Amino acid sequence: MAREVNWERNHDPVGIWNGRGKAVLIGRGHSPTDRRWDGETLEKSLGAYMMIAVQNALDDVGIGLDDVDGIIGSAGGQGNGAPLSDVWGPRPYFDAPYDSEDGLTHVTGQWLRQQMGFKNLRYINNHGDPVWNLIGQAAQAIADGRAETVVVTYPNGNLPGRYHQDPSNEARGPAVWPNTWGWGLSGQGFTFNQYCQKYGTNHDRMAPFVVQERKNGLLWEHSYYAQHEPGEFTEEDYLNGRMIARDLSIFDCDRPVLAAAAYVMTTAAKAQDMKQKPVYILDHTESQFTPRSLVQTIDDTEEWTDIQAQRSYNGSGLKPEDIDVFAPYDGFAVFTQYYIEAFGWRGVKRGEAHDFYAGDISLKGPNPLNSGGGNMGTGRMRTVFITDPLEQLQGRAGDRQITTKAEVAVTHGVLPITAGTVVMSTSPD
Amino acid sequence: MARPIVPVPDPVSQPFWDACNEGKLIVQYCSICDRRQYPPEATCRDCGFDFHLSWQETSGRAKIVGYSITYDSRLVQWHPLQPFLNVIVALEEDPVINFHTNLIDDFGTNLTEEPDIPIGATCEVQFVEAAPGRMIPEWKIVK
Ligand SMILES: [Zn+2]
Repeated sequence: MAREVNWERNHDPVGIWNGRGKAVLIGRGHSPTDRRWDGETLEKSLGAYMMIAVQNALDDVGIGLDDVDGIIGSAGGQGNGAPLSDVWGPRPYFDAPYDSEDGLTHVTGQWLRQQMGFKNLRYINNHGDPVWNLIGQAAQAIADGRAETVVVTYPNGNLPGRYHQDPSNEARGPAVWPNTWGWGLSGQGFTFNQYCQKYGTNHDRMAPFVVQERKNGLLWEHSYYAQHEPGEFTEEDYLNGRMIARDLSIFDCDRPVLAAAAYVMTTAAKAQDMKQKPVYILDHTESQFTPRSLVQTIDDTEEWTDIQAQRSYNGSGLKPEDIDVFAPYDGFAVFTQYYIEAFGWRGVKRGEAHDFYAGDISLKGPNPLNSGGGNMGTGRMRTVFITDPLEQLQGRAGDRQITTKAEVAVTHGVLPITAGTVVMSTSPD
Repeated sequence: MARPIVPVPDPVSQPFWDACNEGKLIVQYCSICDRRQYPPEATCRDCGFDFHLSWQETSGRAKIVGYSITYDSRLVQWHPLQPFLNVIVALEEDPVINFHTNLIDDFGTNLTEEPDIPIGATCEVQFVEAAPGRMIPEWKIVK
């Protein structure tokens, strides 16, 4: 799948986006959220869930299939065609439309067009990147006039067996350099450990953050936990988490789930005829870095996140104090402090995030961080990072509605090494 | 120790692995950017060109900058060795360049307690056989 990158705003100085206020994020739709597909029930496959989510998104804003002229999606929610589990392999397929991987482990725009009967599509792109980048790409396509009403699709699969396990006894290509020495998720813990050493903090101080995210997530109807494990999650639970690697516990890792979400984006003009309040995209910026050498260090991490945060501020013209709703990615939870500190949200400086976590980050308090619950509170969907800011700005977040001002939102993900930031507002300027 | 996962060279990395088989640790060097590069790539990460890239032998000495322990790897072949150590060492003459090691002679695998890793200690490269005819760099603490 070719990766289209020329739409990205990734060269400094990016300057104020020339599409500012032209594109609107307006509707969202979700499928049910399951732990994993059973490998048999086609009504619960990733393709079926993606269709449910698309229909829900269209219904949300009161438009039909024929009103849509673009689909921009991640085929599978996974980069690089990574295998979803250790036991999924070549196997018999089902009757059409489930006669290939498309619809089972990934879902392309072409598949959706055929199954759902979109007639007026003139722009289909299965970009394959994280959801922030897809929103950015759709905003750019709309601002450039390549499409007027776009559905952004984000399916995220999980199959029987353990997630992303690699059974190979040989390493090829870039995987040679980590896998030969058994380096895997250890990297997330390693960089976090460097952070702790640098600023005199420790892993236990993550607890208030992860616990608060779970609380927030339980208030989101599409959260895996809200649907399947609604019990309380305490600091003690967090502190007793099984370690995956040094300074990285099971509760710092987002739980793989099967779910799909879709978003309706359109022009500011067309939005006037739709059922929900328009949320204007003020800016999108992207970045892609490489470590100085083999292992990503805290110095790499802080440099990259600083560059991306400044790029976003440069692109939106905003200052940290302008951000009402802030949604920095958390899958892994040990990432989030890098983003908070890079963006300087609520005045948090380098090394201060854990002090910030120890203060009031509750939903109804002054600093409602990740009011949707992030991946830790919802499962490995990532889509709460779009849905929650959208709903907060539209004033329809229900029990999650924050009590502080909700006019400007910044959502940011996915990794320090490759990121997209979307800035949205209730006002086009 | 038999290695759980054996590296398969490709055209870009072949010189690195060939050098390992000869007991030398080499990294790429871009003469126009005056920087070393590891892991090897087809082009220099800074200038984007390949025509200033050559291979340069290193001292084979490095300092420990940190470590991790893996309890539950996504690499299935490593599971029998859990928990195991991953140490990061930085090249003595150019600390930007870092390498993985399992410090197999000193600490190794199937750890029963958290090892006391001497951050800052100097290590020397040693080459171990990952598979017949395939040597890989590992590191040993020398002081
Ligand atoms: Zn160069």
